[in-house]
Amino acid sequence: MPIASVNDVVEIIEPKRGGPSGPSKPPRGFGGGGNGGGSGSDSPGRQRAYVTGMTVALGGILMFFMALVSAYIVRKGAGTDWRALIVPRILWVNTAILIISSFTLSRSRRHFLRDDLQGFRHWWYVTTALGFLFLVGQLIAWRQLNAAGVYLASNPSSSFFYVFTAAHGLHILGGLGALLAVAFHKGRRMSLATSSSVVAMYWHFMDGLWVFLFLLLTLGR
Amino acid sequence: MHRDLRIRDLRSKGSAATPALLALLITIMVVATVYVFAANLYPAPTAITAIGEMIDRQYDMTLWVTGIVFILSQLGLAYAIFRFRDRGQKAAFTRGNNTLEVIWTSATIILFVGLGLLGRKAWGETRFTPAEPNAIQVEVTTNQFAFNFRYAGPDGKFGRIDTKQISASSGNPLGLDSNDPAGKDDIVVPTLTVPVNRQVELVLHSQDVIHNFYVRELRLQQDAVPGLAIPIHFTATKIGQYEVVCTQLCGLGHYHMRSLLNVVSDEDYAAFLKASAQ
Amino acid sequence: MSSHAHSAPHAMPAPTGFISKWVFSLDHKVIGIQYFLLALAAVCLGIVLSVLMRFHLVWPSAHLPFITGGQMTPEQYLALVTMHGTIMVFFVLTTAPQSGFGNYFLPIQIGAADMAFPRLNMLSFWTTFLAFVAIIAAFFVPGGSPISGWTAYPPLSGLGQVTGPGEGWGQTMWIVSIALFCGASLMGALNFIATIIDLRAPGMTLMRMPLTCWGWFVTAILGLLAFGVLLAAGVLLLLDRSAGTSFFVPASEVVTDTLLNHKGGSPILWQHLFWFFGHPEVYIAILPGMGVASHLLSTFSRKPIYGYRAMAYAMCGIGFLGFMVWGHHMFISGMSPYSGFAFSVLTMAIGVPSAIKTFNWLGTLWNGKIQFTSPMLFALGFVSLFISGGLSGLFLAQPAVDNRLHATYYVVAHFHLVMGVAAIFGIFGATYFWFPKMFGRMMSEPLGKLHFWITFAGAYCIFMPMHFIGIAGAIRRYADYTGVQYLAQFQPVHKFMTIAAFITAAGQLIFLWNFFWSLKHGAKASDNPWHATTLEWSTATPPPHDNFGGHYPSVYRGPYEFSVPGVTEDYVPQHLAPQEVPRSK
Ligand code: HEM
Ligand SMILES: [Cu+2]
Ligand SMILES: [Cu+2]
Repeated sequence: MPIASVNDVVEIIEPKRGGPSGPSKPPRGFGGGGNGGGSGSDSPGRQRAYVTGMTVALGGILMFFMALVSAYIVRKGAGTDWRALIVPRILWVNTAILIISSFTLSRSRRHFLRDDLQGFRHWWYVTTALGFLFLVGQLIAWRQLNAAGVYLASNPSSSFFYVFTAAHGLHILGGLGALLAVAFHKGRRMSLATSSSVVAMYWHFMDGLWVFLFLLLTLGR
Repeated sequence: MHRDLRIRDLRSKGSAATPALLALLITIMVVATVYVFAANLYPAPTAITAIGEMIDRQYDMTLWVTGIVFILSQLGLAYAIFRFRDRGQKAAFTRGNNTLEVIWTSATIILFVGLGLLGRKAWGETRFTPAEPNAIQVEVTTNQFAFNFRYAGPDGKFGRIDTKQISASSGNPLGLDSNDPAGKDDIVVPTLTVPVNRQVELVLHSQDVIHNFYVRELRLQQDAVPGLAIPIHFTATKIGQYEVVCTQLCGLGHYHMRSLLNVVSDEDYAAFLKASAQ
Repeated sequence: MSSHAHSAPHAMPAPTGFISKWVFSLDHKVIGIQYFLLALAAVCLGIVLSVLMRFHLVWPSAHLPFITGGQMTPEQYLALVTMHGTIMVFFVLTTAPQSGFGNYFLPIQIGAADMAFPRLNMLSFWTTFLAFVAIIAAFFVPGGSPISGWTAYPPLSGLGQVTGPGEGWGQTMWIVSIALFCGASLMGALNFIATIIDLRAPGMTLMRMPLTCWGWFVTAILGLLAFGVLLAAGVLLLLDRSAGTSFFVPASEVVTDTLLNHKGGSPILWQHLFWFFGHPEVYIAILPGMGVASHLLSTFSRKPIYGYRAMAYAMCGIGFLGFMVWGHHMFISGMSPYSGFAFSVLTMAIGVPSAIKTFNWLGTLWNGKIQFTSPMLFALGFVSLFISGGLSGLFLAQPAVDNRLHATYYVVAHFHLVMGVAAIFGIFGATYFWFPKMFGRMMSEPLGKLHFWITFAGAYCIFMPMHFIGIAGAIRRYADYTGVQYLAQFQPVHKFMTIAAFITAAGQLIFLWNFFWSLKHGAKASDNPWHATTLEWSTATPPPHDNFGGHYPSVYRGPYEFSVPGVTEDYVPQHLAPQEVPRSK
């Protein structure tokens, strides 16, 4: 390393209480406060940043959905025009599929951690397929509602139903793209370990989010 | 380390002109501002309700507190600017002082939050306390870009509204239901007339977009939101004519959406009701 | 692995072609400049619009050659208000201080080679650019630009053309633009946060970060949590307008005698969502400026910043409380008066961290050795404006007093001083300070000072009198003073403010001239012309593609080590190892 370790330097400036400039403390803080200067594509700092970035992104996505959810709650309480929406039965199946996909995904990751790439691929494909199945199921649910004459503007409850499912569906679509990208290991910037774990975070989150929305739409209608 | 003469000149010991001018500008700004307030150059009209006076007292108290902080901190800034200009001295080396930090933090908490809590009384009088049961009821309906005021008439009952019958062009801007007898004697007028020293309860409605009811002499402002009926109340104590304006952006005619508040004696009020009933 | 990182330190090799270097660049420095130039174009436009507004308020019947019909109509005035506010808030104050300077200097100040996600960074710039194109397009669509203000309250904004000109296509373009902007800001926020958390150089602990970085960090967190909410609200509003839903539009709406077919939506719901975003947004505008002001005050007082920790915590406190005060915009909206009161007390509480910052700024100047360079003048101006504008907030925070002041020019005065002009002063200070690092040349000092005098005096002349007429009852967003009788008495004041606005706006030409002239002809800047301490001054001017030319700095101390006793120079850079610090005997 071209840089002298920070620890073995003798500080000459008097440390002061409460100041920001305690003498040459070793790096600390979350994230470690240092990555060896390496911002190179394969440096640990950058790989860690993908995980951080995904965590942060999920925070932003959560706020988006929470805004919709609070709008749902407020709007339901505000008007006298709210009619409870009977959600199509197939949503139960879709929900089950999505939950199962989370299990297959964990399974896939476990194979990866055991360096069993074949098992990893296998279960990864299964997850992707289940994801597609979920989206198809959601589309069928929309078709059924349409057939029953329930459209976007029919009632605030149906408006929210379409908005929630569409917004979540778009995120799932993005997730499917990511699953496929990892399956064919497209991103050269990210190691397979990082990309699969980041995508898994996203997928589990979307799964949990859906379960929450589903409960809201069925129990909170 | 690199040296650049020109730049060094620029950083080193400058003339006193710049700090003097800046300190002077800040001082002039403070003096001018304080002067405008002290001389009351742009006086707000006096409040015509007891609550309005209460609001003004809260306002005055805030003005005193912030005024003093304003003067001290701006002049302190001006002083520091001039006093500590670069004259070739060495800057003091300090990273701060925790005691001071604690002192000014607690002082501002007490001052600011205290002021906020004190403001509860006036706010409570305008919004927490409901109107007295015998207050005069007036329904205010706004639309682009007019106010309409409805009195219940001799029967004391407001007639039903049927939105399908709304038609400003045929003289029924509120859509009074022609089938409801209670509405037959309702008085609908474009200006608000109230008797002095009697409590009035307004219930605000809007037919289209959000408007607002604001009379600066009442120190009272309230949005009229479509879909909601929002009550406010006041007791005017001074006979006179005042302007009602809309303060919520409501479209291209927003700037001329105006009406009048007539505060009149009891006799004049009775005469007004009588004349309008025909 | 890590040794590999040192020999090939940059994620991206330096690009060579013009397109990849200057247009679709992945380099945070180029992207920072792109953002800056976008904001510069936006601010010029925003100022022109405001000058037109001020002109119309004083000479309402004057003939203007470039306006159809010759005279400005009320809806054209409101379109100016809306576009001015939108452009200033989003494309200037959110863009320049955070995305512009933050992009350029955050990675360098924490000792990283680039942002964590360069591609995302480029994507977020081009999305912002598209958003800007969309808002400009709103001028030219049929019906013209929207008239519902930068707050776009439904039902005015939710019903389309029936509520007024500009509410058709214009309002739709507005929503599209804002939605794109939200997306871009979310990407930017994510990138900033990940960069700060993971790419700091060895020794760069959070508590050794320059306060500028703290400003950008807290701003990014606010942006992350706020823009998603505005995006959601925008989507719902768009659906109300185009798909016949009723999220915000209530039932039984009658516009010009026509009954509309909506169900019972809640207009106040929009206000809650909008201001849940909108209040943090004003801190998004000002926090980077606070960071820059702190940085400059310390550097040019040649003193450590007073109370570094208090400053950093105050920023976090502002960020945290910033999410709990949105209701102070809605005291008279019909919201429950009890929540109004709670919001009021929380708002008074958010004044506390702001006051802490002010005290510490004064503490930094005290016993300093103040050097009156152009950046320092703007930092000092920032403090003065922030005090003036901040104190008037204590009136508006009290619902009882707000009964009197809401929607008057008092509010316009308040937010222009505290978030408009103060934030602009932060941008100017940053520009004069970092220009040499970014472009290798100094900006002209005499012109910089002249620019400062005009802008500082001008800003107070424009906005201070607005308080006075606001207290007396002058209403904002009025195209004309002829509709209400008592407004006529304020015309002389309006005239004064308009003339001040003309002069101040013209004064900005000095800045533009100085900027572009200095790019070519300014005096050559050394690597560290201001004798400053933070990492950007430890590298070449302008910085190489990978920021530090193949090696990475380690950090040994806090960011503001000025006038340390026993050291030869009056500043100790963050990257100097203790044994390298020149000491006097
Ligand atoms: C030369 C400088 C400026 C002048 C003369 C100016 C003037 C004005 C005027 C006359 C209004 C309309 C007030 C009303 O009727 O409500 C206005 C509104 C506004 N200005 Fe400025 N302004 C300037 C700079 C700025 C800056 C730097 C910002 C950045 C925050 C800004 C943000 C706004 C906003 C947000 C509104 C409210 C728009 C709305 O009501 O929707 N202005 N300005
Ligand atoms: Cu209006
Ligand atoms: Cu706010």
